[in-house]
Order: sequence, then C-alpha cells, then structure tokens
Amino acid sequence: MSTLEQLPVWADALIAAMLLVSAVAALVGSYALVRFSDFYKRLHGPTKATTLGVGGVLIASAIYFTVRNPGFSVHEFLVTLFLFLTAPVSAHLLVKAAMHLARSEPTGS
Amino acid sequence: MTATVLPWIEAAFVLAFLCSGYRLLRGPGLPDRILALDTLYVNTIALLVLFGIQHDTQLLFEAALVVALLGFIGTAALSKYVTRGDIIG
Repeated sequence: MSTLEQLPVWADALIAAMLLVSAVAALVGSYALVRFSDFYKRLHGPTKATTLGVGGVLIASAIYFTVRNPGFSVHEFLVTLFLFLTAPVSAHLLVKAAMHLARSEPTGS
Repeated sequence: MTATVLPWIEAAFVLAFLCSGYRLLRGPGLPDRILALDTLYVNTIALLVLFGIQHDTQLLFEAALVVALLGFIGTAALSKYVTRGDIIG
C-alpha cells in the first residue's frame, strides 16, 4: 500500500476519480440485471454500462502503471479494445439465442 | 487518495458480482443465465485489474486477458448451442 502514496497528486486524483466513475457505471449495469423485468431490457445494463465501467478501470490502471514505471503501459488498452469489440458481438449472439428460444416455445421465459 | 478509495471500489465490484450471481441462480431462462455469466467474467476482469493496482504488480494482466478471451468464447459457444443445438457447424 505504500507505493500508492508515492504517486504525484494529479495522477492520484485522476486515478481515484476515474475508478469512482467506472465503479458506479459497472454497479449500475449489474444492478440493472436484477432490477429489470424482461430479458431484452436486462440485456442493456451489462452490455453497455458494465463494459464502460470495466473500460474505465482499465484506463485508470494504464495511467497508474504509466506514471509508476518508466515507459508507456499498453497491455490495458489491449484488454479494453478486446472487451469493446466483443461486447456487441456477444450481445447480438445472446439476442439471437433468446429470440430463437422464444419462437420455438412461445410460453417460455 | 486512491489508497483510501480502492477498497470501496472493490466492494462495489463485489456487489456487482452478487447482483449477477443472483441473476445466474434465479434467472428464468437460459439466455438470462448466459448473460449473467457474461457479466460475471467482465466483473472478474475489473477485479483482477484492481488487485493489480493494489499490489503494484503487472502479473495479473495476463490473467485478465485470458479471462476476457475465454469468457467471450464461452458466451459465443453457449449462445450458438442454444440457437442451433450444436456448437460447431
């Protein structure tokens, strides 16, 4: 925990603010999974808000390791890029699966 | 500042974990459960990265990348299985 206090103040504040905003976004996205009534409504929370929240956490981590170590830290952007590319694809596949199920058994879910 | 805020951020992500776990156990349909698993792996990536910041190590990024890859493959395979009754083909 001592290394976190050696950061410059601007980086510390930036990372803390970014983490707070992204944690709120991810929590709202996951809470939507509990709160909403229909599967098609529930799909919106995790695919948009949670992805945004995790992207924010990864960017905060990129800032932290760029300030902390010499050189530019890029792996986080790899994970962020991958998540932002795959979230719409998996949402599309899920909707296709749900529509297929609803068509084959009209009373289910 | 980050040191004081970090445990609360982790608590928020654990709460998000519990929300998606509830949907995973409860969810009235197969797509709901797949969606809950998808949310679980996305939250796992965030928690791994947060532990990496807390313990000042870059070792966990590889784990996060592997979780991202396998989670996407799992979601895609499960959706394909629900849609077609078969994964390959």
